[in-house]
Amino acid sequence: MTAAANAKQRAAKAKKIRPFVTPEGVDLELRIASAGLRFGALLVDLILIALALFLFSLFMLWVGLASRSDVTVVVWMLGAFVLRTFWFVGFELGQRAATPGKRLMGIRVVARDGGRLTADAVVARNLIRELELFLPLMMLGAGASEDMVSGWIMLAGVLWSLTLSLFLLFNRDRMRMGDLIAGTWVVMAQRVKLDADIAVDAAGDAMLFTETELAVYGIFELQELEQVLRGRDPRAMREVADAIRAKIGRAIAEEDDVFLLSYYRQLKARLERKLLFGKRREDKYASD
Amino acid sequence: MMQFVIPTAIPTRTIDAPNFSTSRFRAEREADWIAFDFLLTKLEKKGAKALTSDELLQLPLLYRATLSSLSIARATSLDKALLDHLEALSIRGYFLVYGVRESRWNRLRRFFLYDWPAAVRSVWKETLIIALVILLGALTSYSLVSSNPEWYFNFVDEEMSGGRDPRATAEYLQTTLGHGKAAAEKGESGLHVFATYLFTHNSRVSILSFALGFAFGVPTLMLEYYQGIGLGAMMAVFSAKGLGFDFGGWLFIHGTTELFAAALSGAAGLRIGTAVVFPGARGRLQAASAAGRTAGKVMVGVILMLFAAGLLEGFGRQLIADTMLRYAIGTLMLLFWLAYYYIPRREDVT
Repeated sequence: MTAAANAKQRAAKAKKIRPFVTPEGVDLELRIASAGLRFGALLVDLILIALALFLFSLFMLWVGLASRSDVTVVVWMLGAFVLRTFWFVGFELGQRAATPGKRLMGIRVVARDGGRLTADAVVARNLIRELELFLPLMMLGAGASEDMVSGWIMLAGVLWSLTLSLFLLFNRDRMRMGDLIAGTWVVMAQRVKLDADIAVDAAGDAMLFTETELAVYGIFELQELEQVLRGRDPRAMREVADAIRAKIGRAIAEEDDVFLLSYYRQLKARLERKLLFGKRREDKYASD
Repeated sequence: MMQFVIPTAIPTRTIDAPNFSTSRFRAEREADWIAFDFLLTKLEKKGAKALTSDELLQLPLLYRATLSSLSIARATSLDKALLDHLEALSIRGYFLVYGVRESRWNRLRRFFLYDWPAAVRSVWKETLIIALVILLGALTSYSLVSSNPEWYFNFVDEEMSGGRDPRATAEYLQTTLGHGKAAAEKGESGLHVFATYLFTHNSRVSILSFALGFAFGVPTLMLEYYQGIGLGAMMAVFSAKGLGFDFGGWLFIHGTTELFAAALSGAAGLRIGTAVVFPGARGRLQAASAAGRTAGKVMVGVILMLFAAGLLEGFGRQLIADTMLRYAIGTLMLLFWLAYYYIPRREDVT
């Protein structure tokens, strides 16, 4: 990886971050959820709705056969309507502002102005969904049922409705038509477990590195190394350890994990000390 | 002049082992984060009622402690796992601490007492326009069909009309209004199924007419105009056979509620459309989202109104055959809705 590629990656990451300053003056740096995650969440929700509808239908069929009354048909129709229309509204009004699909993907709905997410906003954004989901299907259906409509006109209709449905691909903030109208965003909200502090491990002082040996890497490399250490995959550790040894010119003398842990700990201490004095070295290409 | 304030070193330590280490910072603050995480999980799972008063007092303190930890960690620590955890915890905490809303019951009460009528009141201009558009559609088709019955077939789908067209006899038309012998024989079975079908179908049409509003309101206007056209054409057919008054009653009993709801859904769509085209002093996005929220409230009301209309149409119309009674119920419903929406009342303080 080159310096340019590194910088590009950082820029791409920064492009998804939106400043979100709390009343305490801390910027929470919300990250916009990607279109892929949104689509995944929608798929999960649709599957769950279909499943719930199927079970509900089976149940009503059973009740209907047992009671021989057509009230069950009414209950079934109402139930299906409520399920379809209020699945998203109901879940997004909850404490976590996310449907099961969104929870699975680790995303949630947030009011764009930083205020609280109100019920009317949730209703508005989800009624628009009706249009976004079903207009392309309706166009297809209408085109197929009427012979006079030529294929080209049908294609034009489907494309037109798809631009509405895929609206979120055409703006930076990944807003659906419904988000736009309700004034909402969908942002990342995954949970992160607090992992153990690997910098205080007893093995951390097993070997000492000189200042020049530590000066070859920056923050980016440090955090990659952290990931490898937390992953605990022996093959990855061997590769990384060999790469570092080659770079700083040390012979293989000790276990990979001892070597890596010591190196990580001393590199981290060095970079953090510099950070305290206002010097942030992003990666190995930046000047020390 | 800026000046670095270097913390006075704790005497026993040397430079090589700085007295501020991120590991020590973490060891000192970690308990707070874990406690905050625990409280948040409890809050998410069981709601605010599950917290004791002690815990409720702790919540904002722990929240602020976590936010301050995040600030310090961002400035001093390079431990990615720690930073990610604190960031996620702070975001979760922010939305729970600041997002605490009123109880469901309170919200429901406020919606019915204040928010719903207020939202409908605020779109009165759009409602008037949509009502005029529907009327215009009805008048257009009425005059066209009256002068030349052939026009009817341009306006109303053959399947939809179910034989109610200019070629039908007066007797047949009468039966479709629920009068005469044939109607009585059809009986009452399946009425509720019919009512439910009407409700779900009409709701979806209104949701569509609302949702189409953002395209500058044009599709909404077209949809509403088209609704008026179908109405007028039918009216012309029936009045040509001298059944205009009866048809009016057949329509009126649920029509006042249903057409009102249709006009409101169109008005909600139009409000969004106009906000996008003429945002006024605000930004376009801001105007759209403000309009969207008002329209969202109106739409919940529309679905409830359509439910009432479905009941009236499915049960009331089929069971009540007397035209005058039908008119009376229709008028009563109209007066009820008008009073509910437009009689001024003191605004809710919250």
